[in-house]
Amino acid sequence: MPSVKVAPITIFIMLSVLFLIYSVAIYLKPLREKDHQKATIQKQAAAGKDVWQKHNCHTCHQLYGLGGYLGPDVTNVTAKPGYSDAFLKAVINNGMGLMPPFDLTNQEMEDLLVFLQSMNETGTANPQHYSPKINGTFTLND
Amino acid sequence: MKSGIWVLRLALLLLFLGVLFGFLASFAYRLSDAKSDFIGFLKLRPLHVTSAYFGIVLGGLACVALAIQRDAVQRSATRLLKVHLLLWLVALVGIFYSYLTGDFGGREYWEFKPIWALPILLSYFVFLVYFLKNVGSYKSWPVYYWMWFTGIVFFAFIFIENYLWLFPYFREHLIADMTIQWKVNGSIVGAVNQIIYGLAFYLMTKISGNEKMGHSKLIFAMYFLGLFNLMFNWGHHIYILPTDRYIHHISYIVSMTEWVILIRIFYNWNQQLNENRTHYYFFPYRFLMAADYWVIINLAIALLMSIPAFNLYTHGTQITVAHAMGTTIGINTMIVLGGAFYFIKPTFESGKALMRMTLVFWTTQIALLLFLITLAGMGIQRALWQAGISGAAFGQMMLKSRPWMIGFIITGTLLFVSLASVVLYLLFHSFKTKATYQLHRKV
Repeated sequence: MPSVKVAPITIFIMLSVLFLIYSVAIYLKPLREKDHQKATIQKQAAAGKDVWQKHNCHTCHQLYGLGGYLGPDVTNVTAKPGYSDAFLKAVINNGMGLMPPFDLTNQEMEDLLVFLQSMNETGTANPQHYSPKINGTFTLND
Repeated sequence: MKSGIWVLRLALLLLFLGVLFGFLASFAYRLSDAKSDFIGFLKLRPLHVTSAYFGIVLGGLACVALAIQRDAVQRSATRLLKVHLLLWLVALVGIFYSYLTGDFGGREYWEFKPIWALPILLSYFVFLVYFLKNVGSYKSWPVYYWMWFTGIVFFAFIFIENYLWLFPYFREHLIADMTIQWKVNGSIVGAVNQIIYGLAFYLMTKISGNEKMGHSKLIFAMYFLGLFNLMFNWGHHIYILPTDRYIHHISYIVSMTEWVILIRIFYNWNQQLNENRTHYYFFPYRFLMAADYWVIINLAIALLMSIPAFNLYTHGTQITVAHAMGTTIGINTMIVLGGAFYFIKPTFESGKALMRMTLVFWTTQIALLLFLITLAGMGIQRALWQAGISGAAFGQMMLKSRPWMIGFIITGTLLFVSLASVVLYLLFHSFKTKATYQLHRKV
């Protein structure tokens, strides 16, 4: 078999540099994101995400299709007809179907709801709102 | 050498716990509620994922340690391997304590308290130093050394990236945060694959006795293709996430380069069959052979799932789980088991023992295939529901999946029994035939 002529270290370094540039471009994304929310709301939504993590909600639920499979995707749950704050609080406090009740403090509950409302404002996770294209991609319907 | 075999024992124990928790979780999935049991689904899922994945990671690293110790002209820095093992033990005690007490706080796949990530990160640095001290100049490295080096370095880098969310700058921007989270989850799999596939190349080189294979231009090209995909092919996890479009486009384009691997497999089909016939009765090879066939199935699924228009309907369904299980069990675990057989017990003392293990081996493969089919069945049901073809409520859709769910539990049980038998067999033999890994220097 022929031996390697281009030093692997050269290719390795070149690819690694490209990867670093790509990574940094992604790390700078928060600076490019439009601040459609007030800083206080952003902080509260982040605190809500901590509650989401602390109670392991992703074990059963999904955000943008990422998470568990026992429960439904909740990216846009706050926009669903009838899913008011009061209803969601009742579901979280008392459970529903396979979902057990969760003992959240008032502050945790408020933060979690702000997080879910903020998630809803970012876009839609419903595949029916997108249309596949011939080149294999898809676009968001108008 | 002793520390290497202890790392392998720990890995085998984790793999056993991984399948055990998975088996228990499949029952909890159906029969009990998620939280109120002694160990409900909320605890079992992280316990299953962490045990299984860390079992694979540690199994790969253990085989790397055993391989470089066997090949090194002069073994050095063995104390570092002990430190590496100790750091993992500390991390695992903390992680299991965190899970069993319900003290979560991490993210999907890494639900433990972030503090326990620290010993794991340190262990990688220690292992990197240990590796570099033993493998000599990079100028003469075979491809599997490059792959192991890549896997170790990139795992450490991506693992740090995994905790960027601790900084408010990232955490307070939901979409940027999720983009980084899935950049991590996607590319860390690539880093682990570099370690595991490197092990497969190492084993094949040793089994075939063709040392030149490790320096072949084509094999190096395949390695760089894998590295390229590790770096840029993770965006298919987030096609639906409203992040920068260029991330989606890069991922879509880069993922299509994997067709080269699939085409190469079919191009070498006859050679593959000949190789299977030649080495079939050497047990460590058998697991590599199984991994080869699972690569074909999983690569084909991955290629389809990398097409955004297709991914739109399969994303968020159990089809994704089938792919994840297919790769972690079918490919990664098979290679680690092949490595474990190679270092612990490469041959059998009697025909009966070989026949028993052959039966277990084929039961595992068939159970895995059926297990993946049941997951795909559940996934198709959910995909149709997501696409709005059935107007049922979520709960009704779940009820309709019940036959698939029962099949999932039955095949999962069979998979648990067969896989656990192999793992426990290896674990016990690692104590029984103490000297095998020390004496068996050449196949």
